[in-house]
Amino acid sequence: MAETMCRALRDGSLEGEHAPALTIKDTIRTAFGVEVFDHVLCYMASTILAQKSQSSGLVLVALDRSPSLYLNLLKSRGIDASDSYKWIRVLDCYTDPLGWKEGANVLSRRESLETLFKDVSDLDKLFDAVIQLGRGMVGQGKVRFCVAIDSASLMLRHASLSSVGSLINNLRSHDQVSSIFWLIHSDLHEIRATSVLEYMSSMVGSLEPIFQSSNEQRRNSENLLSIENDTREGKFIVRLKRRNGRVKVMCEEFHVEETGIKFLAVPSESEMVNQQILPKLQFNLQLSEKERNEKENVVLPFEHQGNGQTIQIYDGRRSLPLNKNDSTTSVSVLEKLQAESAQGKGEIHYLRDSDDELPDSDEDPDDDLDI
Amino acid sequence: MNNEAIEEDETRVSDCAGRVVLIQDCVETSGAFLLHHLMKRKLSRESSEIVVFVAFAHPFYHYDRILKKLGCNLVTLSQKGRFIFFDMRKLDCLDEVGGGRTKSGLVELFHKIHKAAEVIASPETKICITIMIDDLSLVEVAAQGSSSYVIDFLRYCRTLTTEVGCTLILLNHEDIYSNSEESTLNLELEYLADIVMKAKPLATGLAADVHGQLTVLNKRSINEHGKIKKRIQNFQFKVKENSVEYFYSGSRT
Repeated sequence: MAETMCRALRDGSLEGEHAPALTIKDTIRTAFGVEVFDHVLCYMASTILAQKSQSSGLVLVALDRSPSLYLNLLKSRGIDASDSYKWIRVLDCYTDPLGWKEGANVLSRRESLETLFKDVSDLDKLFDAVIQLGRGMVGQGKVRFCVAIDSASLMLRHASLSSVGSLINNLRSHDQVSSIFWLIHSDLHEIRATSVLEYMSSMVGSLEPIFQSSNEQRRNSENLLSIENDTREGKFIVRLKRRNGRVKVMCEEFHVEETGIKFLAVPSESEMVNQQILPKLQFNLQLSEKERNEKENVVLPFEHQGNGQTIQIYDGRRSLPLNKNDSTTSVSVLEKLQAESAQGKGEIHYLRDSDDELPDSDEDPDDDLDI
Repeated sequence: MNNEAIEEDETRVSDCAGRVVLIQDCVETSGAFLLHHLMKRKLSRESSEIVVFVAFAHPFYHYDRILKKLGCNLVTLSQKGRFIFFDMRKLDCLDEVGGGRTKSGLVELFHKIHKAAEVIASPETKICITIMIDDLSLVEVAAQGSSSYVIDFLRYCRTLTTEVGCTLILLNHEDIYSNSEESTLNLELEYLADIVMKAKPLATGLAADVHGQLTVLNKRSINEHGKIKKRIQNFQFKVKENSVEYFYSGSRT
């Protein structure tokens, strides 16, 4: 499913449509959003290099981590960075996002593919810078590029929600942008902010702990160091929004390893229930496929009714046989039924002895009691 | 011995250049001893590291007295240039100018730190620099409660970890944020930090030999074989007059 998500980004946008956009969101309890971001980034980089992707370049807006770290990451994942100038540009909003280093001597050993950006609060300028970088790389015309924003949370700290929204919207609707993805730490913002970004994206990948705790526990300040956080696993839930409005939700598990994040398919719901929630039982609550088939083949007592045959239920008052044939007696019914049972069908019949005997309604049932 | 294992772990913690270490404590258990401990390690004779100490809570002589007991003389070290002390106890950051706020204090402080780090860190000499801030809640007070200004400042300090390979060690109080839903400072710090250490009182109550427990979360802990280690480790500690003992829980009665 992470694969589906990445492929959608790779395939890019159709003519006249918005570019596919991916929101990766995490919380402090499963703060592995960075790993997912790296995974998607490396995937995009490798497909761009292999020319399998619609985009032929990548513009990375680095707010949270240093540009050199990203270049090292690509190298360490075996992505050939020797001619990276041809296909990647980094807009460095990390080193000096607010212009505090103005006047100070900013270290000048930066590579040509990094561009310093000094005013993160001005998102219009940021948009122009991204487009300019992209065009500088792939040229004007129909060639497209992909945009990655490593922390929408940091953008939201410096700029209003509406301006972040408009930046993303402008990027998505630009003809040269093939796809866009960003990371957000959802617990740093109001729900409103996260949902706005989710609405603006065609895919949402959210990281959740395998075991959900109650709200109260979640609010507990000990969260970060709680025992369940001592794991590098979690659930990765992908929500894909189709063009026709259909929303598809898929779930996967992830493990963070030294070489990156790995996604595993989740066993089906019933198996999960069986494995995780129920304690080990001595008896079997689940049916095997064979048992289920056998169970379905059992004919229940009421099921033969109306099954092509006339319904015959002897109610003890000769009402049914009387309608058909006056001479039919209870004995003939019995014979008929016996004949049927001889065919191998097991049935239970009840025949009332006689219609003459009336229940002793006038008798006192407690008459013999010696009170 | 247990202590050795823990010491080894601590060494790795203190060796990791370019990381952000967050110490969180609470009223019942002060985390200042961790700051002293790490300071002592950085300033020990074997290492040649330089500590830039930004003090918001205590004056120089407070730290001088403590470190003397631990075997470091801050006066001589600062004369040698290995200990740089910024007394920021009287910092007031925000001035109201005609309705618009001009932020100056923390920007200037950052310039100071930046300049100091740049002077020390030349490409030829590979000296590690550690920047320590002794109380983030007081930085927030100095910024008149503007936590986003504090975070901007810290993010700028963090850029030094990649630029010149500094280590950033921060002390903050956890319990003062427990009620306010608004304040995201603590959460932002947790996202920012690579290593989080939490000092808490003993969960099982008071004990004569154990002064509290320490939980260390190492987000990027990779052992010598390149394998990922356990993220969270728990220790208990006893603060003595001139040292701190660390041990695994259950190893003391």
